[in-house]
Amino acid sequence: MAARLTLAQKQSVWAWGFLAVPLGYFALVRFWPAVDGFFLSLTRWNLVGPRVFVGIENYRRLVGDPVFWQVLGNTFWYLLLGLPISLGLAFVIAYHLDRVRYGQGLIRALYFVPHLTTATAMAWVWRWFYQPPPVGVFNGWLVWLGFSAQPFLRSTSQALPAVLAPAIWAALGFQVVIFLAGIRAIPRSYYEAAEIDGAGSWQILRAITLPLLRPTFVFLFITTSIGFLRIFDYVYNMTPGGEGGPLNATRPLVLNIYQTAFARMDMGYASAQTVVLFAILLILSLLQLRLLGERK
Amino acid sequence: MLGRRNLLGVAVGTAAGTILATAPARAQPVEIEYWQYTFKERVEAMDELIKRFQAANPDITVRHVTVPYDNYRTRIAAAVPAGEGPDVVQLYYGWLDAFMQAKLLQPLPKTVFDPATIDREFFPIVGNMKIDGAYYALPTAVRALALFWNKKLFKEAGLDPQKPPATLEELITVAKATTKRDGSGNMVSEGIALDVAGQDLHWIREGLIRQFGGAPFSPDGRKVTYTTPEAVAGVTWYTNLVTQEKVSEMGFMTDQVTAFKAGRAALTVDGSFRLGAFDTQRGLDYAVTELPAYNGKRSNFASYWVNGITSKAKGPKFDAAVKFLQFVTTEEAMKLWMEKVGELPARVALAHTDAVKNHPKYGPFVRGLDYAVATDFVDESAQRKIMMDMVDRVVIQKMPVAQSLAIAATEEQKILDTRK
Repeated sequence: MAARLTLAQKQSVWAWGFLAVPLGYFALVRFWPAVDGFFLSLTRWNLVGPRVFVGIENYRRLVGDPVFWQVLGNTFWYLLLGLPISLGLAFVIAYHLDRVRYGQGLIRALYFVPHLTTATAMAWVWRWFYQPPPVGVFNGWLVWLGFSAQPFLRSTSQALPAVLAPAIWAALGFQVVIFLAGIRAIPRSYYEAAEIDGAGSWQILRAITLPLLRPTFVFLFITTSIGFLRIFDYVYNMTPGGEGGPLNATRPLVLNIYQTAFARMDMGYASAQTVVLFAILLILSLLQLRLLGERK
Repeated sequence: MLGRRNLLGVAVGTAAGTILATAPARAQPVEIEYWQYTFKERVEAMDELIKRFQAANPDITVRHVTVPYDNYRTRIAAAVPAGEGPDVVQLYYGWLDAFMQAKLLQPLPKTVFDPATIDREFFPIVGNMKIDGAYYALPTAVRALALFWNKKLFKEAGLDPQKPPATLEELITVAKATTKRDGSGNMVSEGIALDVAGQDLHWIREGLIRQFGGAPFSPDGRKVTYTTPEAVAGVTWYTNLVTQEKVSEMGFMTDQVTAFKAGRAALTVDGSFRLGAFDTQRGLDYAVTELPAYNGKRSNFASYWVNGITSKAKGPKFDAAVKFLQFVTTEEAMKLWMEKVGELPARVALAHTDAVKNHPKYGPFVRGLDYAVATDFVDESAQRKIMMDMVDRVVIQKMPVAQSLAIAATEEQKILDTRK
């Protein structure tokens, strides 16, 4: 019977055979837990006892939980502040770096170093930067420049941007490298043609560089958005007790999920929040793909 | 019909058979697993205890597993129901409720761990581990809070380095004298290092509130009672250190331990488990005294880590686990634990020996145990955050203490209400 298979059939059997291994793996360690997480959100479970089915109780609790709405708001603040600032900075740096001829490799490497550094170590260094004067570097500068010292991490309004700053800084290296690659991929002949036609550098930027960078933008938009929506390590390490304080001012959804699940042992409620996060990430990704991806 | 002789013969035969049957079983080596969280001094102490235990019980091997604190609880909870993980496990006393509900622990056999004897020989706070007449876990060591002071900073401020503050009033005087600011008024060194996320929440709850005549919870632990004027006064005394007396800044040097270790704080309240860390800090000349009194009244917070036998241990493993637990709660083990880890012996007789009671470093903690209360937690981590937020509202948002406490009380009552 096996001999009756045609060559094409044999090939596809082999292909599927090999594909089955990673597929099975992904199904087991990725998809199944994700699906299970959804069912978990309909239960009350403290990780060890039996799971008690409670229907949509956890979601009802979410709606009436002021902390949930606050952390959801914080999460969007991380995105709304982080995305434009980091992409804007990264593009400006990459655009100018592209024109630097001397020592470009070194500068690029320097921008990339923070991306390679452990987030935890960096978060702690920044935590010290934000100390009140005379210990903290930032406050030292502020005072030296004649401004008054700022509370930074000890303020409910300044803490979130203060935690965001090292995250932006760390993401910058990766984004610059991707932007540079995108800029390099634009055929030189377009620029030459534009120069012959007498276009200025502003015109070239608007008419050639930016439109042709669209795929790069889309990619970075999505990955960066997901990154900021999932911010965790900086907040965990820069706030007392890893609680995202003061008064939940820096607490993002992911940290709230972590604390709900692994400190409060409230797995069902944590899963419900995960489902909400998943929905948000999905909608945003689809939206960005639509808005930025099409219209070639 | 069996005659008397025959009956005797059967009995002897059975006994002999039992001996014969158990003899090879005894020689069977048993391996049990012991889990605790990673903390250098605790790990070293337990390694030494296991070495001694194995020397006395050559047929039992104890595998010592340590897990980082951050996912310690999760790992136990995931492993035990799956039949993996520890046979004997160390857990924070405040977690017992959750572990009991999940049926992760077995009661200790009353024949070996007689509840009446334990009641008599251990510190009464251990009673939290007794459920329906049987103990479920026992500590090797207990901890209390005390006031640490930096002698060098005392000297620099012109204070007697041998005379720590004995009352809350004196504490403020000392803290004011030792607070150092630079020319622009910035804090350079604190009078007292405060950190609600550290041990201060316990000092507030079981120390200050009680000293001012209030109580944090009803005696059965089911009602929050810290909205009384007395409790408000206790908390106000604490927040005033930052807002009125300005002898401390929250988050100075990131946390209280770092501030005190770096010699940037003259006073701090912490547990006996911190002795090890402070002792290894070069150039830190410190001493310990009892928590300051208020109007002659003292109150302290006690806590402890307990060892329990998990539902995983069955048959010979259970017997081995019982033996091991018996060993780690002997006076010998407690002595070693105190010397290596700095935690106090859980047996009253040992703690009350003159050598321990008058010890310059352990003494103040042991004396504190006599008037200490162990909070009956439902959800330790959530209840900690409520206190952190309560103080932040007062210090950062300038909310009146009474109002902030009222918010905290509502939140904490919700947590207490989830208790079965």
